[in-house]
Amino acid sequence: MQDNIILAGVGGQGILSIAAALAMGALNRGLNVKQSEVHGMSQRGGAVQSHIRISDSEIYSVLIPKGQANAIIGVEPMEALRYLPFLNDNGYLVTNIEPYKIPNYPDLDKLKEELNSFNNSILIDAGKLAKKAGNKRAANMVVLGAASPFLSLDEDIIIEGIKTIFNAKGERLVNLNLDAFNMGKDFALEFEGK
Amino acid sequence: MKNPQIKLLLGDEAVALGAIDSGISGIYGYPGTPSTEIITFVQGSKKASEKGIKSKWSVNEKTSMEEALGMSFAGKRAMVTMKHVGLNVAADAFVNSAISGVNGGLVIAVADDPSMHSSQNEQDSRFYGKFAMIPILEPSTQQEAYDMTRYAFDLSEKVKLPVMMRLTTRLAHSRSGIKTYQSREQNELNPPTESSRFILMPSNARGRYKSLINIQTELVDISTNSGNNTYFSGNDKSLGVIAFGIAFTYLMDSFKGKQNPYPTLKINQYPIPNDMVKKIFEECDKILILEEGYPIYEELLRNNIDLDDNSNILGRLSGDLPRTGELNTDHVAHSLGMEVKVEEDIPSVVENRMPAMCVGCGHRDLYDELNELSKEIGNRKVFADIGCYTLGALPPYEAIDTCIDMGASITMAKGAADAGIFPAIAVIGDSTFTHSGITGLIDAVQDNTPITVLISDNYTTAMTGGQDTAATGRIAEICRGVGVEEEHLRLIIPLKKFMKENIEVIRNEVNYKGVSVIIAQRECVKFYKKM
Ligand SMILES: Cc1ncc(C[n+]2csc(CCOP(=O)(O)OP(=O)(O)O)c2C)c(N)n1
Repeated sequence: MQDNIILAGVGGQGILSIAAALAMGALNRGLNVKQSEVHGMSQRGGAVQSHIRISDSEIYSVLIPKGQANAIIGVEPMEALRYLPFLNDNGYLVTNIEPYKIPNYPDLDKLKEELNSFNNSILIDAGKLAKKAGNKRAANMVVLGAASPFLSLDEDIIIEGIKTIFNAKGERLVNLNLDAFNMGKDFALEFEGK
Repeated sequence: MKNPQIKLLLGDEAVALGAIDSGISGIYGYPGTPSTEIITFVQGSKKASEKGIKSKWSVNEKTSMEEALGMSFAGKRAMVTMKHVGLNVAADAFVNSAISGVNGGLVIAVADDPSMHSSQNEQDSRFYGKFAMIPILEPSTQQEAYDMTRYAFDLSEKVKLPVMMRLTTRLAHSRSGIKTYQSREQNELNPPTESSRFILMPSNARGRYKSLINIQTELVDISTNSGNNTYFSGNDKSLGVIAFGIAFTYLMDSFKGKQNPYPTLKINQYPIPNDMVKKIFEECDKILILEEGYPIYEELLRNNIDLDDNSNILGRLSGDLPRTGELNTDHVAHSLGMEVKVEEDIPSVVENRMPAMCVGCGHRDLYDELNELSKEIGNRKVFADIGCYTLGALPPYEAIDTCIDMGASITMAKGAADAGIFPAIAVIGDSTFTHSGITGLIDAVQDNTPITVLISDNYTTAMTGGQDTAATGRIAEICRGVGVEEEHLRLIIPLKKFMKENIEVIRNEVNYKGVSVIIAQRECVKFYKKM
């Protein structure tokens, strides 16, 4: 069992919570985990990414080599595309479509066209679904849910991870994030079915 | 003894926990990416506070190094942390602590930043360790970072020398599950009864330097037998690999789960184990050297100034690996002759996303005011410093002319003013001011140099994540204390609504032919916590 996942977004968008949910879930089950983070200058509105590798055998490097990621999970669409060279041929690109704009941001239609040009891409309005679940800030859990059917990691392991990281903040927040996760998952399964 | 609980820790946090469990009594340092989380972890640790471990931020790297040495002198264990360029600031104390030696265990955890993710250079701290002739540990994994921290304290107390723990960004800032062990007690207070080795006047220092040289052979023996350097045999002797620190993980990753066919020397402790190195050179036709950082040992082992004569050594200098930046599995696989996906096919619609100052940040308004005024005063030069306000170099501000090292704003403005530049304006943050701005201000005051210093005070150390600053609420007092004239010490609040009057203040002070200081005070939108 092995997952090589790249999480992409902008500083402050919550990709570290996605990473923590995956990592804690996997660790609870005795799997090996390595996960990189970005601290420092780029957190001031720059591009941030996290590599997360989960395996039942030994993992050496924390960094995923080019062409070896089985999923890119984006909380921002242009950022998801940035790591495309890392995706393997059968890999999935799952991303929120709401842009985090900068002055030189590309044309949104062009961006969507590029994203739609892969067989395995799933575009989701994560903010909208998160709002339905109770808080727009849970958009990160929506994209995680949308990516979950395409990971090797079992869904219940991820759910356990989400519970672990939000437990201290109370049951309401746990349920909100689980709802967001499930909405993302349902969307992706329907999207794939089409 | 083993505690079965597994924790998911950053490399930085593994070092911090390793230090707590090793029985430190204090940890000293100044924030700096990628080292910051070592002290942050101790500050947030319940275990550390129960044990009464000192963990307050110091004013700069030099003061922290000396504070730790003082604790070691008293017989207790101490850790010092900093980023690579911080070691330049601490270098005097650092190099001399190897001459005096230590009493309680002293470990200096330095985090280098190859690829300069958040730094102005990618200098390699192993140079400093070698220069000071002390042992260095360079873990490959988070677990090793934890384990080797304990080892480093034991070694420091055994050989009575400071020991360096060298990390790099990728290890410092990535997580892995860590097995931890029972923590041990702190040392009792036990200052030396005879302390001449801590009095480095020439007559003492000469003797101490000799003992430092004499212990080097023992340090090599220790490196060879510590278990931190490992020789893996391999059948394919056409190549041998020497992999230092984290580079070993990239090497192993490049075989994609298959066996590594080459004899490999994994090095995690310095001085390097000479016999093991000799063995791999004798055994193999060619040697590939993998170093995360400068090609220090590649250069050393070439043993020759003519690179062409050493075509059997592959590495960064031979062009088999990139000369600069972080290594990764792709680079290493390529150097092993494997096929890798190297072409950079990022879709062309993707644009660069540069970091920027936050909406609501006072630095922004200060630059707006300065830029507005610049339309009048023409060819002003702005000597800036290191912090979030460095981002004022980027559009739409493009407001600064220099940024070299912490504290260099005031001093470079002074030199430029001495040379005839007028107006010469310095821009510096509150934390940088206490780090190393005050001394330069004294230089300017005693020479009555015509400069204007803008201290952009956001009550925090924002760039590195919002650590407390040493002089919050006392900056004006400090300026007065070092001799800035009262009528040229001005306070402004950099908000849009005060723009006109602020420009007026800056205009007046810029035109003053002596030292003026304007403190622009507005709390950081991101990190300032209302007390
Ligand atoms: C010698 C050295 N130590 C530490 C750092 C890391 N560092 C970069 S900016 C900064 C703090 C800046 O704080 P401040 O001057 O208050 O500005 P702010 O970021 O709050 O605007 C630090 C510690 C460095 N670059 N060089």
